[in-house]
Amino acid sequence: MLPELGHFALILALLLSAVQALPLLASAIGRPAWRAVAAPAAVGQFVFVALAFGVLTWAFVVQDFSVAYVAQNSNVDLPWYYRFSAVWGAHEGSLVLWALILAGWTLAVAMLGGHLPERFAAHVLAVMGLVSIGFLSFTLFTSNPFTRLLPAPPDGVDLNPLLQDFGLIVHPPMLYAGYVGFAVAFAFAIAALLEGRLERQWVRWARPWTNVAWAFLTLGIALGSWWAYYELGWGGWWFWDPVENASFMPWLAGTALIHSLAVTEKRGSFKNWTVLLAISAFSLSLLGTFLVRSGVLTSVHAFATDPTRGVFILIFLVAVIGSSLALFAWRAPKVGLGGRFGLVSRESALLTNNVLLVVACATVLLGTLYPLLIDALGAGKISVGPPYFNAVFVPVMIPILFLIGVGPFARWKEASIPEIARALKWALAAGIIVAVALPLIYGQWSALTALGLFFAGWIVASGVLNFAERVRQTRAGRSIVATAFSQPRSFVGMHIAHIGVAVFVVGVTMVSSFQDEKDVKLAPGESVDVAGYHFTFHGVKAVEGPNYVAAQGVFDLSVDGKFVRKMNPEKRNYHSSAMPMTEAAIDAGLLRDVYVSLGEPIDRDKPEGEWAVRVYYKPFVDWIWGGCVLMALGGLLAMLDRRYRVRSRAAAIVPAGSQQA
Amino acid sequence: MSPKQKRRLLAISLIVLGAGTATALALYALSGNVSYLYSPTAVRDEGLEPGARFRLGGVVLEESIQRQGGLKVGFTVTDRVNEHAVFYEGILPDLFREGQSVIAHGRLREDGVFEADKVLAKHDETYMPKEVMDAMERARGDGASPAKAY
Repeated sequence: MLPELGHFALILALLLSAVQALPLLASAIGRPAWRAVAAPAAVGQFVFVALAFGVLTWAFVVQDFSVAYVAQNSNVDLPWYYRFSAVWGAHEGSLVLWALILAGWTLAVAMLGGHLPERFAAHVLAVMGLVSIGFLSFTLFTSNPFTRLLPAPPDGVDLNPLLQDFGLIVHPPMLYAGYVGFAVAFAFAIAALLEGRLERQWVRWARPWTNVAWAFLTLGIALGSWWAYYELGWGGWWFWDPVENASFMPWLAGTALIHSLAVTEKRGSFKNWTVLLAISAFSLSLLGTFLVRSGVLTSVHAFATDPTRGVFILIFLVAVIGSSLALFAWRAPKVGLGGRFGLVSRESALLTNNVLLVVACATVLLGTLYPLLIDALGAGKISVGPPYFNAVFVPVMIPILFLIGVGPFARWKEASIPEIARALKWALAAGIIVAVALPLIYGQWSALTALGLFFAGWIVASGVLNFAERVRQTRAGRSIVATAFSQPRSFVGMHIAHIGVAVFVVGVTMVSSFQDEKDVKLAPGESVDVAGYHFTFHGVKAVEGPNYVAAQGVFDLSVDGKFVRKMNPEKRNYHSSAMPMTEAAIDAGLLRDVYVSLGEPIDRDKPEGEWAVRVYYKPFVDWIWGGCVLMALGGLLAMLDRRYRVRSRAAAIVPAGSQQA
Repeated sequence: MSPKQKRRLLAISLIVLGAGTATALALYALSGNVSYLYSPTAVRDEGLEPGARFRLGGVVLEESIQRQGGLKVGFTVTDRVNEHAVFYEGILPDLFREGQSVIAHGRLREDGVFEADKVLAKHDETYMPKEVMDAMERARGDGASPAKAY
């Protein structure tokens, strides 16, 4: 009975999302009063999607195997905590999660958008309603999670063992929150196009939303990368896999967007460009969903696939992108470009940043879609390897890293190069020192290593200098500490995010320059050394988990003859699946990870004998994800800036009637 | 031309130059880094030269895995029409099994053996990568379908 209720709730949510889209029609046929339905419909939609999600979760908790989706993705032995995450462990449930997060964002917009002009706010909600129609009907018509399976099997198939992990519990919700968050910026851009103008107040309203979405997306991607690192057992953190690219492209467009929004808010420039980026960021999110969910890609994420789904989402994608770009082409000239600025100015620096990020995004897009294109033309099955992405992506990023240091020092409208150069000479020195010193400590110097470390030092030092200068300028007799703590949150957030980039760059540079890896064959009692770490293998023992049995390797890690710790990588065999799973053992540290994983027994029938073993030394690898966390923190902090709140409160006091001019 | 037009012309030519260079570089990088997927039948029909880099896709032939000391291993990839010998040194993926689909990245040696530097098996035992399935279907197909399976 409950699953049917969930199904009905989804249907009601779909109808309500159609109601929520009414304001567009209302404005077109001159019935402005109808626009008032958008906000209540958004609330109702959220309630029903949440109900459907709750029902599906409940079906997993009580193991209702008469629901086909539950039967395929759960098992009587599945531990309770994975039953929650199993809800979004496969296609149907992921869509419900997508819809829930979209409904949540819509609800937040309906609640917090009160100070916007009535017409504009209603249009924003209506556009989000259209997106919601697309996703809910996709769920209902092609991927209903509540389909019954009768007679119910006594025991479910099980959640894919790869996904039985903490990383999977949090990775998809974060990623979706980011993807879907860009729907707010998208709806805002479409509403602005409909108005034919882009007011500074609306831009200020859109900024915190975009920041939050971007921060979630950053965390989502970082979690995915971290998960791949420790769970897939290959020791890599980024593979330029098409699915990774699918999440990375909206991130690049979103990063360009948050910078371009800054210019539009502060200076009124780049109006058209901002609108186009907002459309692109969300379109790329949809493209990502399409690539992952349609099964056109051969990847870790493409499990069972169904062509009708691909067709549906492709049509949806074409409709969204096509109509929004057509609207853009028609209305953008009316929105206008906005203010002028000099060749050397912060606007120029940010414009360059934007162009570079878009170029980077385009190269990733090319590399990701090229094999699909070639395949569609019948010209062969190819894959584009990481060397392509490294070759085009890294050179584009270098000027961006340089500009991160310069940007904050450049004045709006007209800046002077000598002034910037004077301010940055110590940052240059800091960069050079780091670039020379650190490789010397690690005993090996290469141009790329030095370049990466130089930019890390450059970014951190320029951030500190810029912060110090700002404190000096705004001090006005107060103590330095008090002044430092009273800086606007968006300013502090910017520097934290930029330092996050530096931390990330250190991680990437160090791990790619100095990592060490060995694949060896070890018999019990034998040992292997990597980068000064000594691993002694003491054989494997059998251990039993809740829904698997495992061969657990016993290793002693020692350095200079001193015992450090035991490490126990596992090779698991889940009861429900023939596929073995590798669980690496990682000794994580601030300056390095050491990593050991079991390959396979050399003789499959003699697990007590020799094993293939892989050991890694990964210097600074955790800085990669640490840097991403800092970036996300910076984005969230900027969102909390007082400027966005005070204005909205002040504006909310104005009676609603007076805004409808 | 007025100074304004001149500036505009300069800006546009810079953009065109920049975009052109970027595209050219990207396409060049792309051309050097794509690798084709061939089934054993396609390898034979294409007459690939030793040294050629590509991806070999198919199924690991039953009873073909031989350990050759250390982590060296030899096995045979088949599309059920033709077969091809593969050599690999390293740790095989979890799902590497006889009778299961596999994609090996590497190059053709002088002696005709395919030396793999990376071996991929699908992360789902019930699923064969679409490209491998297509390649195998083409290898099996009659003369009407192109022998080239890429």
